[in-house]
Amino acid sequence: MSTQSSRLAARMMVAPSVVLLLIWMIVPLAMTLYYSFRFYRLLSPDRTGWTGFTNYLWFFNSPDFWLALWNTLALVGGVLVITVTLGILIALLIDQPVKGQGLLRILVIAPFFVMPPVAASIWENLFMHPQNGLFAAVARGFGAQPILFLEQYPMLSVIGIVSWEWLPFATLILLTALQSLSSEQLEAAEMDGASAFSRFRYIILPHMTRAITVVILIQTIFLLGIFGEIFTTTQGGPGSASTTLPYMIFKQAIAAKDIGRAAAGGIIAVILANIVAYFLMRGLGRNLEN
Amino acid sequence: MARALSPRRQLITTIAAWSVALLIFFPVLWMILTSFKTEPSAVAMPPEFLSADWTLENYAEVWARSDYPRFFWNSVVISVGSTLLGLVVAVPAAWAMAFVPGRRTKDLLMWMLSTKMMPAVAVMIPLYLLFQRLGLIDTKFGLVIALMLMNLPIIVWMLYTYFKEIPGEILEAARMDGASLWNEIVHVLTPMALPGIASTMLLNIILAWNEAFWTIVLTTTKAAPLSAFIASFSAPQGLFYAKLSAASAMAILPILILGWFSQKQLVRGLTFGAVK
Amino acid sequence: MTTTLRALLGATALVALSGAAMAETTITVATVNNGDMVRMQGLMDDFNAKHPDIKVEWVTLEENVLRQNVTTDIATGGGQYDVITIGTYEVPIWGKQGWLESLNDLPAEYDVDDLLPAIRGGLTVDGNLYAAPFYGESSMVMYRKDLMEAAGLTMPDAPTWADIEKAAAAMTDKSKEQYGVCLRGKAGWGENMAFLTAMSNSFGARWFDENWVPQFDQPEWKATLDFYLNLMNQYGPPGASNNGFNENLTLFQQGKCGMWIDATVAASFVTGKDSTVADKVGFALAPDNGLGKRGNWLWAWSLAIPSSSDAKDAAKVFIDWATNKDYLALVASKEGWANVPPGTRTSLYSNEEYAKVPFAKMTIDSINSADPNAPTVKPVPYVGVQFVAIPEFQGLGTSVGEIFSAALAGQKTADEALAEAQTLVTDEMKAAGYIQ
Repeated sequence: MSTQSSRLAARMMVAPSVVLLLIWMIVPLAMTLYYSFRFYRLLSPDRTGWTGFTNYLWFFNSPDFWLALWNTLALVGGVLVITVTLGILIALLIDQPVKGQGLLRILVIAPFFVMPPVAASIWENLFMHPQNGLFAAVARGFGAQPILFLEQYPMLSVIGIVSWEWLPFATLILLTALQSLSSEQLEAAEMDGASAFSRFRYIILPHMTRAITVVILIQTIFLLGIFGEIFTTTQGGPGSASTTLPYMIFKQAIAAKDIGRAAAGGIIAVILANIVAYFLMRGLGRNLEN
Repeated sequence: MARALSPRRQLITTIAAWSVALLIFFPVLWMILTSFKTEPSAVAMPPEFLSADWTLENYAEVWARSDYPRFFWNSVVISVGSTLLGLVVAVPAAWAMAFVPGRRTKDLLMWMLSTKMMPAVAVMIPLYLLFQRLGLIDTKFGLVIALMLMNLPIIVWMLYTYFKEIPGEILEAARMDGASLWNEIVHVLTPMALPGIASTMLLNIILAWNEAFWTIVLTTTKAAPLSAFIASFSAPQGLFYAKLSAASAMAILPILILGWFSQKQLVRGLTFGAVK
Repeated sequence: MTTTLRALLGATALVALSGAAMAETTITVATVNNGDMVRMQGLMDDFNAKHPDIKVEWVTLEENVLRQNVTTDIATGGGQYDVITIGTYEVPIWGKQGWLESLNDLPAEYDVDDLLPAIRGGLTVDGNLYAAPFYGESSMVMYRKDLMEAAGLTMPDAPTWADIEKAAAAMTDKSKEQYGVCLRGKAGWGENMAFLTAMSNSFGARWFDENWVPQFDQPEWKATLDFYLNLMNQYGPPGASNNGFNENLTLFQQGKCGMWIDATVAASFVTGKDSTVADKVGFALAPDNGLGKRGNWLWAWSLAIPSSSDAKDAAKVFIDWATNKDYLALVASKEGWANVPPGTRTSLYSNEEYAKVPFAKMTIDSINSADPNAPTVKPVPYVGVQFVAIPEFQGLGTSVGEIFSAALAGQKTADEALAEAQTLVTDEMKAAGYIQ
């Protein structure tokens, strides 16, 4: 049906989205690129000028940079592993016919409705706090010392909180993928004597590949930019133990008001994101084909 | 793949499923419970369940201290407005990409997603300056535009995957019958894609409702939505968890109700049409 | 803007003027969500009755978010706000930039000479008052009288750090979750660095010497950090590297701290309704080391008008209302003397009713013992007790705060932390052009 005229019509229809997104991408990107080569601090307006690669070099020379890069990838990777694994297991579980399925699903997706800063604050203060948190109470109930989550395991704690926020998303995508799997196929396999594991491995998992790919792609895009949860809970610390690249940029933009450095950080983050996206597409791209 | 199970297995799976669901939901439940406690009771150790002083005081104070209806209305306008506008732009694009795919369609889709890769903080000042020059600071219109563009890639992605599920033959048959492009979209495509469009809408409303960076940076009073409302109850001097919990409950309640009523569409929407 | 539009606007302005006082002016007031400001919003009926022609729109936000929004607006000349709430750190810097409207022409009844000299000094740049103090605070020792008594100790009114250590040791009983001393450990220029910078003053340390050379490699800073880390590791609560003002307040209110050295405004909270130890709290001046400086800070949340505001006159009327003597009396009549915004006016502290408030005297003595213009034992080129009033300090304080917080969490030794801080601050001061 790809006639000449329908191609033209199609182009016309894609055009608004593309043009809008192109503007939305290029204008801020150009401004960011411009500022990344400038000395521009909000609170020192008298001193401006070109600084070459100084802002970029600041990032590369910072003792925190490589750790932040690692933490960024650890956050993305950690959350992906947790949400996809748990998401598959939970999806398998709540796919079974159970009483009150409607309410059950609302409960499972509820974390998605909580605003991220609130979620982080609730976890920090009502759960992980070493004196007043619920976890501390549980630990004491067992006669153990409360775990100092944010001091001793800051990165793991942040990964835990973010995973909780994104688990509903992963679970639901995977759940709906499961629902479209024909039960005849599974029953036939069961008749043939396939074990539960091999049914999962050879029938269920392949069926979910495309859903898993979508979860990974979308989540990666969101997770690469996370800083709010870190600011609320650990402030990137102790020291720089839980500092990620976006959080480093956040500190330059918000605390130091150094727009030049924040811009350079932004460009570095975009490059990093593109590298990650490239490998993701190489690894997963064909799963998207129909 | 729902299949009949033996009663014993069904009981076990029911218990297991509900346990898992409650475990995931527990922090939200705990937050809601906290919102009905007094501030000292909220941080009491050991935690108080039955012995807590239950009260509605937090809700009363949160209500009295700020103009909740205005924040609420702004949130509605911004999230619904940006979503509707996004659909207007995205439906034709998704249609074209799904039914007249070119060699570069996949790349185009990926590129759209990649426009979301710039960390928000890095472009905070550039965008703020841009909005300032255009006179869009603290206007609902400005936020509608910003959030629409922010979520447009997601909308296009979702719609694209939904449209992909619609067999092309049906459209071709319609065209044979001499339907115009407009008629084709309005009378053939839209009815078939309605569930997909509805779920796309819902997911985007939630994403826009929860957006808590730009909505605070780009507003002061007139256009400030519930994210700003929450920020006024977060971390003041003194105890605040009960009040913050009450404010959060007030912010998520509308969206929770919306989710409840449209649970089926939502579940579908969240799949990004990952399923055929 | 086109000429026609300009002309039109000009005409409108004229009409507005000739329309006289009947025309309603709307001002946008940005403020932090601290208790005293929230109370002010509850008393707006009084303002509205007195000034029906001025409508006030509130922007109430958490401190960090407010600072971020207000700074962005003022630095880009946005003009979104007519009255902003800022602290003694911002006022000198922003005043010097010409971002704030001077408040020299407040009415005579305002009695500007009644403002506490230390506070007024911190809000004045080159003889111009750029902000009116809404409430002022210093820091002091809050301690549990009952625990001190049980330990057979008494807290002097002006303790030394050695007294603090002794008292902390005597009151600590970790098996009962009772910690001798709670101090700030959470990273941030307004969190642990406010405390540590003020504390370092009493140890004779300073951020910079007269030529802006960082001083973290000097023995005074080493003594400060060693003492702090030792005190906290032995007698502080676990996980203290994440405790800021609020976390410590909660702990103290729950009776888990023997002592807490923090803002004087905390006094009304620890003796207030949410506190389980309300009737057992004593107050003392922040500790010293016999070097002539105490470890207390000075801060005033103040109201200022951005130069970019287009309703400066109405804004001034509001600031006058919110910070004059009548406002203090208004709060006293509606909410009681203990809830009056403290630390701004001399007359409040000569009021007999106010003198009955248990923490009144210690608050004023603390404020009076801090001098932002001569904060340290050795001379310094900067103004500010717990901060250095230069634009770079927010960034510097935050980064150094992280390093010291890591030391408290046991990830670094004091020596490593100080060496790292010295390198970092030196690099940044070079980048900012203070030193070669």
